[in-house]
Amino acid sequence: MRQRKKAKRAAAYLAVSAGAALLLSGCGSQYQVLDPAGPVAKTELHLIVMSALLMLIVIIPVLILFFYILYRYRDKPNNTAPYEPNHQDSKVLEIVWWGIPILIVAILGAYTIKTTFILTKPPTNTTPITVEVTSMDWKWLFQYPGSHIATVNYLDVPVGVPIQFVLTSNAPMNSFWVPRLGGQEYTMPGMAMRLWLQASYPGKYYGHGANFTGRGFSHTTFYVYAKPMPQFKQWVQSVKASAKPLTMTEYKKLNVPGIVGNLTFSSYPKNVFYNTVMNDGGKYMSSTMDSMMAIGKKASTSNMSGMPGMSNTSGSSK
Amino acid sequence: MPPSHLSHWGLLITGDPLIYGADASIVLATVAIIFVLTKYKKWGWLWREWLTTVDHKKIGIMYLIAAVLMLFRAGVDAELMRTQLALPNLHVLGPEHYDQIFTTHGTIMLLFMAMPFIFALMNIAVPLQIGARDVAFPFLNAISFWVFFFAAMLLNISFVIGGSPDAGWTSYAPLAGAGFDTGPGENFYLLSLQITGIGSLATGINFLATIFKMRAPGMKLMKMPLFTWSIVATSILIIYAFPALTVVLTLLLIDRIAGAHFFTIAAGGNPMMYINMFWIWGHPEVYILILPAFGVFSEIAATFSRKAVFGYKSMVFSLLLISLISYFVWAHHFFTMGAGAGVNSFFAVASMLVGIPTGVKIFNWLFTMFHGRIRIKMPMLWMLAFIPCFTMGGMTGVMLAAAPADYQYHNSYFLIAHFHQVLIGGTLFGMLAAMYYWWPKMFGFMLNEYWGKWAFWLFNIGFYVCFEPQYILGLMGMQRRMYTYPKGMGWTDLNFISTIGAYIMGIGFLVLVWDIVYSIKYGERDLTGDPWDGRTLEWSLPSPAPHYNFAVIPTITHRDHWWELKQTGRQDELKIHEQDIRPIHMPKNSGKPFLIGLSFFVVGWGFVFEWYILAVLGLLAIFVMMFMRSAEQHPDYHIPVEEVVHTETALGRL
Amino acid sequence: MSTTIDHTGAQHGHDSHSSTGAFVPLEYSDPDNAIKIFGFWLFLAADMVLFACLFATFIVLRTHIANGPDAQHLFDVKGFIEETFILLTSSFTGGMATFFMRHRRVKGTVAWLTVTALLGMAFVGLEITEFVHDVGIGATMQTSAFLSAFFTLVGTHGLHVSIGIAWMISIIVQLIRYGITPATARKVFIVNLYWHFLDVVWVFIFTVVYIMGVIHA
Repeated sequence: MRQRKKAKRAAAYLAVSAGAALLLSGCGSQYQVLDPAGPVAKTELHLIVMSALLMLIVIIPVLILFFYILYRYRDKPNNTAPYEPNHQDSKVLEIVWWGIPILIVAILGAYTIKTTFILTKPPTNTTPITVEVTSMDWKWLFQYPGSHIATVNYLDVPVGVPIQFVLTSNAPMNSFWVPRLGGQEYTMPGMAMRLWLQASYPGKYYGHGANFTGRGFSHTTFYVYAKPMPQFKQWVQSVKASAKPLTMTEYKKLNVPGIVGNLTFSSYPKNVFYNTVMNDGGKYMSSTMDSMMAIGKKASTSNMSGMPGMSNTSGSSK
Repeated sequence: MPPSHLSHWGLLITGDPLIYGADASIVLATVAIIFVLTKYKKWGWLWREWLTTVDHKKIGIMYLIAAVLMLFRAGVDAELMRTQLALPNLHVLGPEHYDQIFTTHGTIMLLFMAMPFIFALMNIAVPLQIGARDVAFPFLNAISFWVFFFAAMLLNISFVIGGSPDAGWTSYAPLAGAGFDTGPGENFYLLSLQITGIGSLATGINFLATIFKMRAPGMKLMKMPLFTWSIVATSILIIYAFPALTVVLTLLLIDRIAGAHFFTIAAGGNPMMYINMFWIWGHPEVYILILPAFGVFSEIAATFSRKAVFGYKSMVFSLLLISLISYFVWAHHFFTMGAGAGVNSFFAVASMLVGIPTGVKIFNWLFTMFHGRIRIKMPMLWMLAFIPCFTMGGMTGVMLAAAPADYQYHNSYFLIAHFHQVLIGGTLFGMLAAMYYWWPKMFGFMLNEYWGKWAFWLFNIGFYVCFEPQYILGLMGMQRRMYTYPKGMGWTDLNFISTIGAYIMGIGFLVLVWDIVYSIKYGERDLTGDPWDGRTLEWSLPSPAPHYNFAVIPTITHRDHWWELKQTGRQDELKIHEQDIRPIHMPKNSGKPFLIGLSFFVVGWGFVFEWYILAVLGLLAIFVMMFMRSAEQHPDYHIPVEEVVHTETALGRL
Repeated sequence: MSTTIDHTGAQHGHDSHSSTGAFVPLEYSDPDNAIKIFGFWLFLAADMVLFACLFATFIVLRTHIANGPDAQHLFDVKGFIEETFILLTSSFTGGMATFFMRHRRVKGTVAWLTVTALLGMAFVGLEITEFVHDVGIGATMQTSAFLSAFFTLVGTHGLHVSIGIAWMISIIVQLIRYGITPATARKVFIVNLYWHFLDVVWVFIFTVVYIMGVIHA
């Protein structure tokens, strides 16, 4: 219900601002981008609304002026409107319409830069958990370095905890996108890139590859299940207890182009993510090396203390 | 998954009704053309008057015909895609066909429809507007056309022979590399773009040299018509952008056929370099496509408001400013590639900056109409449709430029809606406006307004019905390039509406073609040479202009020279006196450009199928013809005075 | 496409051949020639962008050696110094050809152009030798991204030089047949523009590829 309310509020917000009331009446959560379920998507929606509003300040007068001029200066007999065939220069007017767009771009530019930098940081101060994402032809492999489990084509995350997604690809580039949690980022071979997302409410969120990867592209759907921390922990425990491990043979099989359903694994081969990134060209990318080092360090501490990613989060979320 | 009957290295693709249909129509059309040409004994005429011509006006007409044909071909692609997406889980097209069709749709629309349409207008209007008798390099101009033409044939034939490319019009590596995309399809893309790119680059050089070196006496740069100015900006963009495309295509081709490692995942290749270099060409290319339309609208707004363009200097300055900024925005095509906050901020703000000069142009067009007398003829109608459509497209463009927001729009239907709104609402509306505007100058008769209006309204209404829902689909999370989608996402209704819009646009296009056919038979003849009460020099000439354009080159004193003369009753100043006529030096026709184009086709074919002997033979043929050309001592001739006098008398101008 | 620009075209669009009176070099003596030379400058601008892209590619990939050799182990200092010396000399001899052309001395022009073309051939020969040697020790285009970029950048320059040689030979033939006319004068001038341009590009290759390669690969 809270979700519904939220959706309505988002709808009303945008209706007023973007004049999109018609489009939004009633069916909140299907308008995924306009119905954020986490702080990142919310920040981005804020920028979307802001930019639309700022643009409308120019667009609406232009359109009104356009129709007025069109009506007023039609070439018809008895039109009393002034006709000045050589009226072709005006310093004042030119300054006005160079000035207004400059002003708007300045405001929007400043706001954009601010948001850009904000989104490189975790959305909240809670201790994050890390998920390593590998896009393959045509499926998604998610690895949890904190608990050493892996899933395919779905993932569970705890509510209220920032998730640090580390993205790579073992196939042509794809893009990791969960619209209701936030914007996308490319998954690329040889790169390990970071994307922060966080879910504010429990729910099932649609995710999909957003960059064309060939014949199976339309089937690169996955779902994110956000659940409260206790349930999440419970889920991890049950996976560890009941699922089979992901062996190297299985990993290679997974990497063969094709479409599979949801899979769950209680463990995965050591350093498989790291090695994938490095072998696909990561060793030449200084930025990848840096982020791998940072993440690698995290991963090693987590290995030492069992499941610290989780113990940390549970500690701070209380 | 790919059905097994689509064999990739076999030449003819078999086992598919869609392909058989294409096969049949190609064969039928070819037979029909050969039959008509033979029956009416038109082969000689075709060769002498068209295939060997170096006349910019005829080359322009050939570009125009090719552009309309390609608009049809890529339009069919679009209709097929929209049919497939009309409802969830349809199987009108399988993924392998859908992928090919969206790839050829984009590639053809941009490189083989919009570009030749622009080149058509450049060829038709620029020399006439600046008082020149031809372009700087007429022979090269003919080569440009024929390499474009044969490149277009090469890409189109891929659908039935060898298989079409299927990695998207951007053809990102490593997806388009040999590792993930086997078969000749991708080679067709690389070679046809490479070959047409050579022609485009030559056209850019040609027109910049023409405009800088061949203006009539008195026509200072700041007295040039704004369309000519827009071609200056476009030509500069072509010269500095197309080599990047040449390089990126070559490197990918070397990767594919020689096993190199520029963009592969293995052995140190770097796929991101492909994306960067592609867009270093690709973004200026977007402005190559839009600036000529801006030029067209400036001409049309002034002519049909009977008023000088408002803020001429601002218009020129903004054209040049847009070209400059266009080199600093390429990374906004991949904000989500993780370049870091600093880089993204730079490219976001640079992209927004483009909105400033563009906005200024919109205001200037509005104030060109302000205090004018607006006549709503067909060209003006398209111009009037452009303003609200492009303004909205510009708005969503600035929204896309806000990098963090782009994380939510990128590769979604929101993006698709945006670039179709600016490319159709901007470029295509501009090209159609220009077609109606200069049609009488090209052919000597007007296009019919009644059918023109039907086409206009169908196409416009269809456009909004088709593309506005796609903005919302994007916000609902629908990605581009999906060949189908599941039920229950809430996408069904909007997709269905969008498909109906696409059909309405398709009908609009057919009515447009009907308008042309109808007008050829019944169109009003243009006997004055100045049907719109024009402002610039081309309207002082008869329609169509004689092949030497100007019997005597005029001396220019005003910006809108012809309008000024008409206002002050001095049209007689452009009247020709027999004693002023001198023999006119003109280039001779030549069959070599056609044969060079054909040889490029052979080269392309050789590389596509990796039959290197064929490719080498084609290259040799090209070199031999160029050396023969270089050794020709008299590629030109003089039109004697009597002939000029005779022609001008027949036109009633002496 | 370079050679297509060099065609003997009509002085279309001009009623008469105006001579400006002030001194103009022979290759500019006809208004149509001036347009062609301008057009060729535009082509060189485009060609410059082409090489800039190849240089950028090389710089990005120069350390991506995979399992292949790096620059330090591959480049033969003596070899590329020789190539540089020969090409720079050929630029000078090309300039001499222009000098003789402006003095309407056919024999001198032909002789200097011939020397230039021969030096060009020597350069291409050395480059082919270098490539053959590299391939012989297993350093091929398929070995690593660095080598892909190296062969493509240097090879593109070599291809340009080869086209230049063929072009020069065709101009030498025309000079012998038709003597020095405004048209042949223009061709001598333009082919030299092209040649000097390739020299400048080589200086960058020498620095960015070879010197930087052997200093710290």
